[in-house]
Parts: sequence; structure tokens; C-alpha cells
Amino acid sequence: MSNKIKLADINKLFKDLDVESLEGVTIEGDIELNISGGGGLNPALAYALGHEAAQISLHIANISRMLGYPVDQLFAEGLGLVPSPATVAEPAIQNLIESKFEVAKIAEWNTPIEEITLGATSADGGSRKSTVTLGGEKAMPYYFDAEMPHRNYVTMDVFDIPISMAKTVKSNYEDVMEDPAEWAKKVVKDFNADMVTIHLISTDPLINDTPAREAAKVVEDVLQAVDVPIVIGGSGNPQKDPEVLERAAEVAEGERALLASASLNLDYERVAKAATDHGHAVLSWTQLEINAQKELNRKLMKQCNVPRDSIVMDPTTAALGYGLDYAYSNMERIRLSALMGDTELNFPMSSGTTNAWGARESWMKESPLKEDSDWGPREYRGPIWEIVTGLTLSLAGNDLFMMMHPTSVQVLKEITQTLFGSIESRPTDINSWVTAEV
Amino acid sequence: MKVNSPLEAYKFLPGTNCGRCGEDTCMAFASHLIDRSHKATDCLPMVEEDKFANKLKELEALLAPEIREVVIGVGEKAVKIGGDDVLFRHKLTFFNKTAYAYDVTDTMDEKELLERVNTIQNFKKFYVGDFLTLDMIAVRCVSGNPETFTAAVKKVMQATDLPMVLCSFDPAVLKASLEVAAEKKPLLYAATKDNWQEVAKLAKDYEVPVTLFAPNDLDMLKSLAKTFSEMSINNLVLDPGTFPTGRDLKTTFENFLKIRRAGIEGDRDIACPIMAVPLTAWMAYDDEISASYWETVLASVFTVKYGDIMIMHSIQPHALLPQLHIRDTIYTDPRKPVTVDPGIMEIGSPTADSPVIITTNFALTYYTVESDVSSNKVDCYIVVVDTDGIGVEAAVAGGQLTAAKIKKTLDDAGFDLKEKTTFNTVILPGLAARLQGDVEDQLGSKVLIGPTDSGRIPGWLETNWPPENK
Repeated sequence: MSNKIKLADINKLFKDLDVESLEGVTIEGDIELNISGGGGLNPALAYALGHEAAQISLHIANISRMLGYPVDQLFAEGLGLVPSPATVAEPAIQNLIESKFEVAKIAEWNTPIEEITLGATSADGGSRKSTVTLGGEKAMPYYFDAEMPHRNYVTMDVFDIPISMAKTVKSNYEDVMEDPAEWAKKVVKDFNADMVTIHLISTDPLINDTPAREAAKVVEDVLQAVDVPIVIGGSGNPQKDPEVLERAAEVAEGERALLASASLNLDYERVAKAATDHGHAVLSWTQLEINAQKELNRKLMKQCNVPRDSIVMDPTTAALGYGLDYAYSNMERIRLSALMGDTELNFPMSSGTTNAWGARESWMKESPLKEDSDWGPREYRGPIWEIVTGLTLSLAGNDLFMMMHPTSVQVLKEITQTLFGSIESRPTDINSWVTAEV
Repeated sequence: MKVNSPLEAYKFLPGTNCGRCGEDTCMAFASHLIDRSHKATDCLPMVEEDKFANKLKELEALLAPEIREVVIGVGEKAVKIGGDDVLFRHKLTFFNKTAYAYDVTDTMDEKELLERVNTIQNFKKFYVGDFLTLDMIAVRCVSGNPETFTAAVKKVMQATDLPMVLCSFDPAVLKASLEVAAEKKPLLYAATKDNWQEVAKLAKDYEVPVTLFAPNDLDMLKSLAKTFSEMSINNLVLDPGTFPTGRDLKTTFENFLKIRRAGIEGDRDIACPIMAVPLTAWMAYDDEISASYWETVLASVFTVKYGDIMIMHSIQPHALLPQLHIRDTIYTDPRKPVTVDPGIMEIGSPTADSPVIITTNFALTYYTVESDVSSNKVDCYIVVVDTDGIGVEAAVAGGQLTAAKIKKTLDDAGFDLKEKTTFNTVILPGLAARLQGDVEDQLGSKVLIGPTDSGRIPGWLETNWPPENK
């Protein structure tokens, strides 16, 4: 068998060198290279052919140079550097070079995250119908290295007094804002919340200074109204919160609630004691600082004797566009350190995803800056802001999401459970996406 | 890159500490090679002197990023994708932000097509001193007709300098469009197991980057990549298929993780930029809002995890704004400081009658307040309090923003309110309202509570400034 290559073909091979510009040069006759060998092009043959072509290329270039054509400049312009002629005639390959894709699992991820169960059923001395178990991961979330044992959960916010909130959010709660128990019922029944967070914000001395004893009654009401596990939050006032959480922990005894929260700027010992005395878990809250998180967790364990199965961390959530990059990498670092053996950090994480509603993009009617393109209706902007904030942190390892808008909750659950692996696919022929009518 | 420490890179340098690179020592320069803030060619002696030529070449090879860099388009709007060296951004930073392309089709009438192109190329959102914008146009061949497609490509080229993705599985269609568009260096979409020979020839002949598409078949994807590389076609983008829903989406997610991990760990064949196509959300959802929401969800997931270029459909602001912000989130260099220096900043030309506005030294907070007042031409003082780089709401809760801290900031700057201002009044952020009493006591001045969002400061000042009682 013999492969013939004609000058015309060589010219094609030379296209890369822009030798079309050499059209003025004519070479007499049709030079033919006869190459004998087995079927197809083998690498040795290809190399030889390349070499031949390179020789001819130089030859033609030399002729042109003699004719005064600026060949070298042309080479330099065309390729940005002097070409290696051997690559010019790279042959077409006839058959796919078959390869096997392989990738290793990550061996250093050798420490699982603690499993924390919230809520207690009658079997365990509580009155919840269901419980929620967070954590247990042995890999980054949704990774193929190890199966994720528990899905992500959403706890929806309920406040003990009506508060100001974004219009898009408020429109869902106007009928229940005066009654925390009804509010709690609504988020569970209508909006599919896995848990309820009751924020006792009226206890803040600068708001209503509601006595702790009175606030605890609201907690009882919420426990009566719903049968899912609950989170009990204070007002964020560091002087008042320990007392408020103590009272609340007392009335919720046996229900295994999550107390929010212990932090370095309040009397965390009192909060920790309230949790351990009454069988609750405690939320260990720090502000975007991995070392502070280690310190607080260590204090809770060593100084306050909080058992390892009763700590959830809130390393702080900043909204999309307002520091989410710090929140994301802080969580990712915490989770990676934990998987690689840091037993001061291997606890489930919780995100105050509701913070997304602080971003002006989520609630402002239009951009305050004249230079911006139109922001579109805020009714659509708000929920997606909360969703993207949450799902980004889910990819960093966050387990529990505190959220507000029903659409956000629905979509966040859909994507996290999809990546978790519990949602069936809708049949979609993605091979035809290029021509799809959308 | 194959070097892990400044010392390893230092071995290749002249070691003369000549300082021409702008660093005092070759060791300092070496450490910037490792963090990728300098290139080897910034060492001028290495470039100029022949005796270093080999060392320079070796060093450049060792410093090359693990993931190939691919350039699409020409001129100012060209995009560069790939180039990453790490799997987690905090380990260094991610390079070359994900390129966002939005589609047009060759069956759109001219008016619709141009409207879309203009919306895409003109969309902008101001953020921390700069505008966030979109990058590319993906032209889809729906007609199946080479002439129709080429005509659409021409229209796009006339309307914008944004780089293009030319989408068709038919080599004849791609070839026809390359005849008019090749010089713009568009990205070809796509070579598959069926058409790869012809598409390879196009990529080679026209010298354009090319996408390899092998839905959920990583062996095939790698075989295609290896084969193309063997043919010296190196500007490759990998599309492992974006299945929009359910377990198929989970598999897609895992494919992205696998490809990138293998690439970073040294599998040269597959160490290429990855493409996601969130547009497939529109094949699974009928109504526009659900589809655009899910598309944005997919775009976010694959911006966070390793998508280097992606194609979307919705150009509604509620989709574009979060997409632009999540990309900025992930590609912001985590090594940049979180804080600005505390002190008193003068915005515009403030006088004794100008407002004095309190905020924190968290960089994002400060720049947001600063741009809100300066873009509305408000002359004022901003008091930047050292809150350890924590924003207003969290700093009030965490005790980093207190009356004492505010007083300290003013004292340190030697800024006496009674002396320097007419009204002896400061404006607290709405989210710090609870500090009002304390601040009044500590400063001995009047305290106004401003809006909770600094975007409303200009409007708020109109009704609240100057304050009524001196």
C-alpha cells in the first residue's frame, strides 16, 4: 500500500504558516512523495512525513527568501515565535486513542463529623413526632468519596412579636405575625419546615424587655402548636440571653431543643449549663473566625462539660455580595480541618441563611445607583438571594439552614436533596440541548 | 504548578538580588512566583541573558498552572478560562473567573436577536469600586442550515465584541460559520464521539478552541481529550454534560468534582477547563420563573464547584444578579484584606456643616457606604471604626461596635466634634440604633439614627440634614 502526498496537500498542511501568501511562487511540476507501508498512518510514518514536510517547508521558504519575500517576519508574525516545523504536519488521527478515566478518593478524610439528633419523641421522653439528625459526614458534602448519611434540614424563623421584614417575606406571614404558635403551625404545615426556630427577641431590654418567665410561655405555646424539633433563640442581647435561655430550656425539658446560642461575648457557661441540665443541644456561635470557633468549642467541652453529641456550630453567615466569600471559605476550612482530624471542629454546622434578606439586592425596589442596569422586580430577586446564599454554604458543608421565605425553602430543599441523591430525575435529552426550543 | 516552595523556585533564579523585578531579593521574587503574583518573565536578567534561557524555560514549565488556560475571543473582551492550581479557594485563590455566556439562536428574528445581544453586552452592576458584567454570546444553530447559522453569527459579530461560542454538532454548519468568524477566535461547540474527526480538522485548520462533549462518559471525554492533544489541538474545553435534575444532576456534580480533582492531581489529559450548561434547566421546567430559578441554582452550584465556562438562557435581572455575585464571591482573592484602615475619611469636600457618618472597617461595608454617598455626590465624613472587619449588625451583636470604640476612633484621629463641626452630631447606622444612648453619653453629642441600608443615606439626608437643633 502506498500513500501519496501532493504539493497541494502540503500547501494545506502549510496553512498554519500562512504560506498562502507565497502564491506568487510557482514550482514546476507536481511533486509527489511516495510513502509505502502498512494501512493507515503509524507514528513512525507520521514522524517521517512531518520531517519531509518540514524539509520542503524550509525549501520553499528559502526560495521565497531568495525572491526577497520577508519569510522570517511572516513566520514570526503568524505564530508569535519561530515555529518548530515538525508540528506543522501533525497528521490526522484515524482512531480515537482510548483512555480510561481514573481518580482516587481522598485518603486524608479520616474523621467523621459528629451526629447530633434534635427533638425527642415519646420513646425518649419528649413529645415530638419526628426528630432530625445532623452530621455524620465522612467527606465534603455530596462528594463521591463517602456517602452522606443525612440530608440537609431547614428550620424556619418565628418571632415572638411582629418585626419589620422585607415586603416579599412579610406578605407570607401577615395573618400570623401576632401569634407565634399560629406562625409556627404555618411554617410546618404550609411551608414544609423540618423544624421551627422561635426567636424571643422581645426580651431585649431595648425592645420590650419581656421577662424571661413570660418568654418561656411562648416556647411552651410553640411546642404545643407543632410536633417538629425546635430551636430556641434569644434576642442577641448578651446580658439578657443567658437568663432567657435558662428559662426556656427549663420549660422545654425533654424535647431536646437547640439553644441559640453560646458565644464568647456572653456567659456561655450559663447557656451550656441550661442545655446540659435539661437535655438540649447548644449552638456554638462565632463570627467568621475558625480559631475563635475552636476556642469556644473547646470551652464548651472542657470547661462546661457539654457532650460531643450536643454541639452544633454557627460560624456566621454573611449574605451573597456582603461577605459570603468569607463565610464560605470559613465553613469550608472548618469542615476540611474536621475531616482531617481536628476534633475541636468536627460538629455539624448551622447557617443563619435569613441574613440574605439584609442584602439590598433582595429587598430594595430598585438600585440606589443610577449607573446600574435595571434590577427587575424584587419579588423575584429576594427568594433567589436567600437560595444562592444557602446553597453556596451547603457546598461548604453546612447542615442546618435557618430560613424565612417559603419559595427559598422549597428550592433549597430541592437542590440539596438532589445533590444528596434522593430526588428522581426528570427525563431530559441533553444531547439535543443545542437545538432545544426554550 | 510543580514547585511548592519559594526555595524550589529560587534555585532557578540568578540570585543576584538586582531588584529589577521590583522586589528587594530573589527570594522575595520567588515567593511571589509561588503565589502567582509574579511571572518568571518578570525577572529581566533571565529574559535578557542567554545563559539563563534554559533555566527560564524549565522554571516556566514548572510554574505552569495544573489546569490549562484557554483563551476565547480577541481584543479587550477576550476571556481566559482555566489556570487553576488548587481544589479549594482558601489554599491559594481561584484564577480566571468562570466565563458566563448567554444564548441566542439562528431562528430568532433580527430584532429579537439584537435586543438580546445588547441586553447581554450592556448589563452591569456596580460593586466594590467596579462593574460586574457578562462575558460571552453562545450562538445556537437551531435551523440546521449552514447559511442561516452563518448569517446569525455575522449579525452577532456586527453587534458586539463579546467572544462567541458557536454551537452545532454538524461540522458543515461549524465550518460555514468559521469562514466568517474564525478570526474572532470563537469557541467551537462541540466535538463528540461521532463527529470528532471533522471537528478536530476545523479546530486545527481555523486555529480555534474547541469543546469536547461526552455526556456522562468520562472515559470517552478523556479519550477525546487525549486524541485531540495528540493532534496538537491543545485549546480544549470539556463538557461532561449538564443533566438538570435528580440523580442525573448528582452524577453531573460528581463528574465535575472528578475531572477537576484528576486534573489538579496531575492527569494532564483531563486537566482542561470544564463547561457547564445550566440552560438545560429550561428543558426540565416549563414556566419561565421556575426555569430561570433552577438555571441560576445550577449556575451557582457549578460556579462554586469547578465550572470554568457556562451557557445560560435567562437574561432576567433576578437571574443575572445572583449569578454575577456568586462568581465574584468564589473568584475574589481570599488573600485580600478583610479590613480597611480605621480613621476619619473625607468624602468629596466636607465642611463644618457636613454630616458625620459612622460605619465599620469591614471592607465590604465601608466600600458600600462610600460608593453610596460618593456616587450621589454627598460631601461628608465617614468615621471608620475598627470592628475587626465585622459588619455593622454582627459587630453590634458581638460587641465590636460600641460607643467606646466610636469615641476612640474620633480621639485617635484628633477629630473633636464640637470644634470641627457646626452641629456636634453623628449619624449611627440604622442597624446600630441600640447604641444611641451610649454614644450620646460617651461623645457628649447628638446622635441621629440613619437608615438601615446606606443606599438610603442620600434620600434620608434630604429630610434629616441639617439637624433641627444646633
